[in-house]
Amino acid sequence: MISHNLPALQIVLPLISAPLCLLLLRPKLVWIFTLVVCLATLGISVELLSLVINTGAISYEMGNWAPPWGIELRVDEISSFVLLIVSLIGAVVILYARKSVEREIPPHKHTLFYSAYLLCLAGLLGIVITGDAFNVFVFLEISSLSTYTLVALGNDRRALTAAFQYLIMGTLGATFILIGIGLMYMMTGTLNIQDLAGRIPEVLDTRTIRASFAFLTVGICLKLALFPLHLWLPNSYAYAPSAVSAFLSATATKVAIYVLLRFVFIIFGVTFAFEVMPMGTVLMLMSIPAILIGSTVAIFQQNIKRMLAYSSVAQIGYMILGISLASVTGLTSGILHLFNHALMKGGLFLALGGIAYHTGAARIEHFKGLGQTMPWTMAAIVVGGLSLIGVPLTVGFVSKWYLVLAALEQGYWPIAVVVLVGSLLAVIYMWKLVEAAYFNKVDKNEVVVREAPLQMLIPTWLLIAASLYFGIHTELTIDAAQKAAELLMEAGR
Amino acid sequence: MNSRGEAMTNLHPFLPFLIAAILAAFTRGSLRSAIMLAAPLFGGYQVMQAESGTMVMLQVLDLELIIYRVDELSLLFGYLFHLGAFICILFALHLKDTLQHVAGLLYAGSAIGAVFAGDLFTLFVFWEVLGLTSAFLIWASRDERSFHAGLRYFLFQVLSGVLLLGGALWIWWTTGDISFNEIGLGSGASWLIFMAFGIKCGFPLLHNWITDGYPASTPTGTVFLCAFTTKAAIYAMARGFPGTEILIYIGAFMACYPIFFAVIENDLRKVLAYSMINQLGFMVVGIGIGSALALNGAVGHAFNDVLFKGLLFMSMGAVLYVTGRSKASDLGGLYRAMPITTTLCIIGAMTISAFPLFSAFVSKSMVMTALLDEGHWGIWMAMLFASAGVLEHAGIKIPYFAFFAHDQSIKAKEPPVNMLLAMAIAAVLCVAIGSYPAILYNILPYDAPYSPYDITHVLTQMQLLAFAILGVVFLHRTGRYPDEIPSVNLDAEWFFRRMFPAIYRGIKVVISVLGEMGGQAVRFTLGFFLDKLSRHHGPSGILARTWPTGSMVLWVMVLLFLYLILYYVE
Repeated sequence: MISHNLPALQIVLPLISAPLCLLLLRPKLVWIFTLVVCLATLGISVELLSLVINTGAISYEMGNWAPPWGIELRVDEISSFVLLIVSLIGAVVILYARKSVEREIPPHKHTLFYSAYLLCLAGLLGIVITGDAFNVFVFLEISSLSTYTLVALGNDRRALTAAFQYLIMGTLGATFILIGIGLMYMMTGTLNIQDLAGRIPEVLDTRTIRASFAFLTVGICLKLALFPLHLWLPNSYAYAPSAVSAFLSATATKVAIYVLLRFVFIIFGVTFAFEVMPMGTVLMLMSIPAILIGSTVAIFQQNIKRMLAYSSVAQIGYMILGISLASVTGLTSGILHLFNHALMKGGLFLALGGIAYHTGAARIEHFKGLGQTMPWTMAAIVVGGLSLIGVPLTVGFVSKWYLVLAALEQGYWPIAVVVLVGSLLAVIYMWKLVEAAYFNKVDKNEVVVREAPLQMLIPTWLLIAASLYFGIHTELTIDAAQKAAELLMEAGR
Repeated sequence: MNSRGEAMTNLHPFLPFLIAAILAAFTRGSLRSAIMLAAPLFGGYQVMQAESGTMVMLQVLDLELIIYRVDELSLLFGYLFHLGAFICILFALHLKDTLQHVAGLLYAGSAIGAVFAGDLFTLFVFWEVLGLTSAFLIWASRDERSFHAGLRYFLFQVLSGVLLLGGALWIWWTTGDISFNEIGLGSGASWLIFMAFGIKCGFPLLHNWITDGYPASTPTGTVFLCAFTTKAAIYAMARGFPGTEILIYIGAFMACYPIFFAVIENDLRKVLAYSMINQLGFMVVGIGIGSALALNGAVGHAFNDVLFKGLLFMSMGAVLYVTGRSKASDLGGLYRAMPITTTLCIIGAMTISAFPLFSAFVSKSMVMTALLDEGHWGIWMAMLFASAGVLEHAGIKIPYFAFFAHDQSIKAKEPPVNMLLAMAIAAVLCVAIGSYPAILYNILPYDAPYSPYDITHVLTQMQLLAFAILGVVFLHRTGRYPDEIPSVNLDAEWFFRRMFPAIYRGIKVVISVLGEMGGQAVRFTLGFFLDKLSRHHGPSGILARTWPTGSMVLWVMVLLFLYLILYYVE
């Protein structure tokens, strides 16, 4: 019975638990409850992944209403992979969150934090698992609204304006997506994604569908922060609580990329999007400045959380660049980087939270002498940084390697140069941290800085160690990404 | 090819050393000693169990690497390096220097990894680790001289590594096959690899890292250094280029020319470094001949060389450790204070001179016999001369000047017991292999029955030794023997230590003049460029500052219209 209803439980469990948090008044109790829920969610997605691997895609009918009339939950090779990423990061971050939240958020708001966190997790999982286009919008709103709350909980006053701007931009994006879905519904009369994929080809030549395609592209690109629609991202990541920055950077943009893949490849199909419409060229033209400008801006940042946020803009550029090539290798590199970037950027933001735990913030001057006072945290940052740069034996290398392969496959050697220049820029901005931490003396009049608590160090190193493990043992992720890429390329032919 | 289960039973031989190195970094005292000694013992036991023909593959991206390949040749070096590692570690056991212990363990481990590497890329990785870790053994002296010598040494190692990588990539590009088997000179790629191996073998003019770097290392570090790098290179040469004729001439030259430098050299550890090149010459000649007997002789001599050269370096290391001196002009008369060390050193000296009943005799004579079999008379004569030279500079000079000669009344005592023990093990093995050569012959990789103890060999060798001793005594009596003068002798090092720096200084002057003129222009352009860059990308630049919400929304609208137009136009 339970095993049959796993797809529903995947979203229902965190969704119901969120209001339950409000009933448990003691912050510590709430944390334990949230941790248990997150672990259970993780367990469900592991189970779903193994089910999909063994028996193929699962289609779950909500309330036993058969699709396309009823709402369908659909778990296939791609969505089970993304579900695992999201719930894994969700569990690791919540393990870490207690100490960090105690330091950064006033006690009476702790309950609020955990329930917003669960809502956000439920929303993100919902986007991934649902087989219904309108439900994508609904879950997008659930996750976005709770995200605005989470960002606004940051202890810097600028967090409020950042959250407000994020709210305006996020709502705009969601509205565009809704308009796009509405236009599709107008032409086909269906909202089920599989069904849409079957009916859209008949009406592809209409202006309505083209308008819907334009609205969807802009709306999703806004959500995934593709240059120049990334402007909301740096401040939200920089001023949100540390745990939130880590969670968002590792999951929110990744889920948006998943939505892009879903809509573009499954509903519209490769031929329409990349051969009839100039989507490949447009995405490529956006992602190259994303890589170059994002990395260059990161070099000049003094606030290191903001620096990593700009580095995220650049890394999203790499993912979109891979997708824009519209080949199996290109998609593989994009999907690989989606997973790999979640590990390394999540780990890096968690490490920054460890530094902010004692210093109160993570500006470049706080890094002086940290190599001695916080050796483990700094080591995590160095390893994560190497991965950002793309040094062999780290995950960053694997996905960049496939990206370069995909570019060369089509003879786009300038793209290989862009990737290389991007890596060099990453060397510069990571070197700034290394120089401050290992080559500068500790300021005498600064507060005494010690190593971050173990409860924060262990989750940080979990992600960092995973980024090393998957950099060496690459078969698992490459196989999954390749399978997903082949599926997407086949879907819309 | 191999299942995971087999990979587990075939533990990679680098691992015990890696684990021990990590543990040694965090432990101290007798626990650390136990861990360090356990690494070669455990690894040696594993290698004893390994079966010839085993291969372990590792898939890295598109490359199928053979990270572990066992055959007779690699097994011989596997035994040797574990034995050598045990002796070296034992010799260095009294040290409290974590850096040296960790570097030494990794160094020995990477040499073992290199001989079990089945493809060129795995070989390259261990080749580089070998170079890097050994450089730390030189820098461990922590003085001005060792810093510069270590840098020059490291430069050679990197050069060798780059050549090897270049050659490997080239071969991969042209043939797609990266397995490391016989290469043979032919293509350009093979020349690159040949030079890469040649540098680490100490080819003439490329040998300076040995004579320059080894004497600069610590008393114990030199012992490590003499055991692994060059022997790993001999292994690689024997596998990649057996029977390459040019090696015979290179080897003969290597065997002869260091003798002259060794005779006039004052630093006894540098004498040993020269003598090492001389011994390497014998091995290179053996590889160049390429017959089964010659190859057996070459690798067998490599095996013995680790023991006897190690023994000599250990005895000099012990002297340096106890007295703080290693120059012939500063030493003398130590035999009273250090009788055990003296005895062990003399055993080493007799071995290197290839006295019958000592190990070098049973391996060197194989090379000599093979030379005659193949009809290389001229080279045979040159090698005889080299053998006589060995007796002079290593067999007599080393023990004579260190322990006898003019008594300098230095205060000294026997070195710590672990040092004595390590030397004793090496000495016992020297005599055991020499007296009962079957120990060595049974593990030699090629099939070539041979017996060293027949009348001709023993007589030739005894005559040679007798006349060589006579010669030395004659020179000494008539006062024609070069005196030990405190000096630094430069051979081809002159290029690296005098000429290149001079050229460098010259170029620097020219550049500084040009730079004054050009610098202004460059600085102006660069400054202008950076200024522009930071104006746009800096914290308050247009690309980085926080935008008003309205402007953000404007951008969204602009993009929406852009997309709409683009999509409609199609």
